[in-house]
Amino acid sequence: MKAPAFDYQRPRDLAAAAAALRGASGNAKLLAGGQSLLPMLNLRLARPGILVDISRIEELRGIEDRGDALRIGAAVTHAELEDRPLAGGAMLREVAHGIAYRSVRNRGTIAGSMAHADPAADWPLALAVLGATLIVDGAQGRRTMPAGDFMQGPFTTRLADGDIIIAVDVPKLSRGARFGYYKFCRKTGEFPEASAAAVFDPETKQARLYVGALPGAPQPLDDLAYDLAERGLPALTEAAVDRAVAQIPNLEPIARRMQRAAVTRAVRQAFAA
Amino acid sequence: MEDQVKGQSSGQGIGARVPRKEDARLMRGRGNYVSDIILPNQSEVAFLRSPLAHAVLRGITKPQGLEGSVYVAADLTGVKPMEAPCTVPNYKISVQHPLAHEKVRFVGELVAMAVAPTRAAAEDICERIEVDLDELPALVDAHEARRSATRVHDAWDDNLYLTLNYDNGFDEHARNAPVVVEREINMSRQAMVPLEGKAIVADWDHRADQLVVYTSTQVPHVIRIGLAEMLGIGEGQIRVIAPDVGGGFGYKCVLQPEEVCVAWLALTHKRPFRYVEDRREHLIAGANSRQHNYKLKAYADERGRLLALDAEVTIDGGAYSNWPFTVALEPGQATGNLPGPYDFRGYRCKTYCVATNKPGFLPYRGVARTSVCFAIELMIDAIARKVGREPWDVRNENLVQPQAMPYNNVARKHYDSGDYPKSLLAVRQDIDFETWRARQKQGEADGRRIGIGFATYCEQSAHGTSVFAAWGLPLIPGYDQATVRLLPDGSLEVRVGIHSHGQGMETTLAQIAHEILGVDISRIRVVHGDTGQTPFSTGTYASRSIVMTGGAVAKTCEALVPRLLAIGAHLMQCASNTVSMMPGRVVGPQASVSLKDIAEAWYRRPQLLPPDVDVNGLEATVGYRPQVDTGVFSYASHAAVVAVDPEVGDIEILDYVIAEDCGRMVNPMVVDGQTMGGATQGIGTALFEESPYDANGQPLASTFMDYLLPGPTEVPKFRIRHSETLSPYTAFGIKGMGEGGAIAPPAVLFNAVNDALRGLGVEVAETPLTPRRLLAAIEGARPKEPQP
Repeated sequence: MKAPAFDYQRPRDLAAAAAALRGASGNAKLLAGGQSLLPMLNLRLARPGILVDISRIEELRGIEDRGDALRIGAAVTHAELEDRPLAGGAMLREVAHGIAYRSVRNRGTIAGSMAHADPAADWPLALAVLGATLIVDGAQGRRTMPAGDFMQGPFTTRLADGDIIIAVDVPKLSRGARFGYYKFCRKTGEFPEASAAAVFDPETKQARLYVGALPGAPQPLDDLAYDLAERGLPALTEAAVDRAVAQIPNLEPIARRMQRAAVTRAVRQAFAA
Repeated sequence: MEDQVKGQSSGQGIGARVPRKEDARLMRGRGNYVSDIILPNQSEVAFLRSPLAHAVLRGITKPQGLEGSVYVAADLTGVKPMEAPCTVPNYKISVQHPLAHEKVRFVGELVAMAVAPTRAAAEDICERIEVDLDELPALVDAHEARRSATRVHDAWDDNLYLTLNYDNGFDEHARNAPVVVEREINMSRQAMVPLEGKAIVADWDHRADQLVVYTSTQVPHVIRIGLAEMLGIGEGQIRVIAPDVGGGFGYKCVLQPEEVCVAWLALTHKRPFRYVEDRREHLIAGANSRQHNYKLKAYADERGRLLALDAEVTIDGGAYSNWPFTVALEPGQATGNLPGPYDFRGYRCKTYCVATNKPGFLPYRGVARTSVCFAIELMIDAIARKVGREPWDVRNENLVQPQAMPYNNVARKHYDSGDYPKSLLAVRQDIDFETWRARQKQGEADGRRIGIGFATYCEQSAHGTSVFAAWGLPLIPGYDQATVRLLPDGSLEVRVGIHSHGQGMETTLAQIAHEILGVDISRIRVVHGDTGQTPFSTGTYASRSIVMTGGAVAKTCEALVPRLLAIGAHLMQCASNTVSMMPGRVVGPQASVSLKDIAEAWYRRPQLLPPDVDVNGLEATVGYRPQVDTGVFSYASHAAVVAVDPEVGDIEILDYVIAEDCGRMVNPMVVDGQTMGGATQGIGTALFEESPYDANGQPLASTFMDYLLPGPTEVPKFRIRHSETLSPYTAFGIKGMGEGGAIAPPAVLFNAVNDALRGLGVEVAETPLTPRRLLAAIEGARPKEPQP
């Protein structure tokens, strides 16, 4: 279980990283925290010719307060988000704190998790419910992609060959806003069997609700979120949750039962007085 | 008895909570494992393993230009296949070639080996080897394999390693039983997952004219015998060294094909080769334990008193029987131990051990007893529910009572001593049973359901010659010996043939030596794990080392005492009947001399010795085995409280208590550690660990992504209480206890979950209890239990 031979490059800056990707013509893989990529290399499931290590590029390592949003550099680790209180970013901190184990959090990065696109991972769900936007650079120039439809399926994203995620813009939650995040893992640090996330802003009466750990990308439960925003917790009936979860395709009965619990528990956290 | 007082008063003898001597290196990361050994000019070995569960091996093509770096079965000249005979009637021998020959029989079986300067390069070579396989139907389910016309071993007329039939008074006692309870109970296949997997470095020592094999094993002397047989060279030409070993659990008590292959490379090329098993290899090729199926019918009276038990046990034995213990060990132990700690008189058991296309079954910590305890303890609770009584009461009334000891049970096991009901009462009190029952009635605000579970077991330990001889294995344990030597500076060297790999025996054996001779344990070195330096022993397995080798160390130290007294008396110029041993000294009427003075006289000032001195000096080797060698029985009761979340299938262990009795404890802290470690593995079996297969025999859990182990957050703080019922048969009354912790947790936790879910009409009986299994049971619950 040792990786086959590969070349390794550590470009100084973003421009050099982009050049390295272009030069490799599809034979390169970006390496940030390596928490998914390195096991895949060792299992010989991933066989890139070149690893382009972007984990130390300064431009990708910053966290910037842009007033109404936080701009999180792509190579910011889960541990940095866990350790650093950010105004309007309480949910980021809580989600980061719950990712795998500290040793994984020390190296794993926010954009690495998005690019890897494991449907059971935390960031695809959390950034979707927060309405975050990914900033991507590549052959088609710099552009943005909403986190909510970034994942196209398991381990599949909207990224084109040669694209690099630069940062994630996360809208700040208002002072009165509340969030709920529930995942059920067989043991600490494992990927969840079921997960759900909710945010609710009582001032604007806006709510968002997503389910994760699905066969594919996280799914929004917009109807239930709308009812909850209008009527609060009384809208959280068993029947309403059943109806909402029933809309998620390809769920077998046991997964459905777990997801109903996840939705109910995340909503209770977000809407509890 | 005076000796024991002496040892305890020094705080180092038998019964003292002495910190483990070996921890000074192990806890600082200074242990020396096989993988730490790097020899000049060493090559790395990688194995190409079978991708199919069952196939005819048509041919292997070595990559062009690399033919010299690749070895297949035909290249291993002089190597005999591994065959483990056993005299149990109708037992069939499997022939295992270290590298596959003609057929492959499980995914992960060794097919070829590649040699290169690095492991990665060796794996690159493996990728380029072409293997021509003709796939055969895979036998994945033991019940189907029993009926199938496909053969795992073509020379056999069915797929049964053996069938055991036992009947002792069944009809007579079952006949008029008013209550009959029937259940099917499953324990799933799993891996053992020691921190360190297999690891071998083999080299040729030209000076000693010896093949030197460093291997991660529990049984260095046994490996030497095995290698000599398989390689066809003299035993004197082999030295086996087991340095620090990162856990064994039974995985390392047998000869491994990798050991034969790597030893052959060194023997053939006269230079060093190394192989280190990785985790993926372990989870695929080491998925080799626990898989038992039970079809049970219990016959009881209206109060739940067990009258008779009818059992059909099916053990998925995998593709090969191991050397030297054979796969027969498991069905033998299952049949013999299923009656557990209970007093009943009618027992019929039919046990099938079936060959399938999976890795060959190996004895894992607890050997069959984790499975039989799971089966019988779930039955006791099922009987209690059937007769409408508390499971604790029914269990308690069925236990062998202390006044019945020694007790010969219905499977003709001889229980030497113990007070089983006392341990069951202890855990009832320690878990605070009544309080939890009351809280259970109130219900939980968060919707979870509380359950309380109990289990009691007894653990045969240190069973010796007569037991193994009855199975007719290739190698049967006899006497264990120790060599003890007082060095010129008055320190002590204790050489033993067992191996310590987590059991703390560098400390506990030193405590036993201290008990007799009073030498400070910091000045006692326990030497083990090297056939070149230690007396023969069959090694560490079956919870035997502290009983067997501990006894040998005591007897050997005792043999030195008269010699020390004689020299001491002479040095003090007094009569030898006026002197006695005190810690580290010989004391006379007016003076005393230290063991150092005595050692100095023997080694350096022989002119001071008495004319009739014992010429054997200050070194002795003495053998030992207990008066009765059918094993001494430790026992324990465990109790747990769980909270079950019926919406997601989560199980939280709220409390877990253990009341154990392993006779005289040499070091209670070591007993605690062994109990906690074992119970943690038991929780793994109960809730997490499983090696599932698809219909083609492909393993579905080959990394820790899919194979879950309990971690610190899943393991409760065990509260352990000890009692000491001394064995009448062993030195100091010691009993073995290395396996016990791993026996009860599946039984306890399933009983607790079934207690929690009683109101839902749900009963679970298949390990591990994953959230999905639990929810499937809840969704499919039938309110009534099936009638017999």
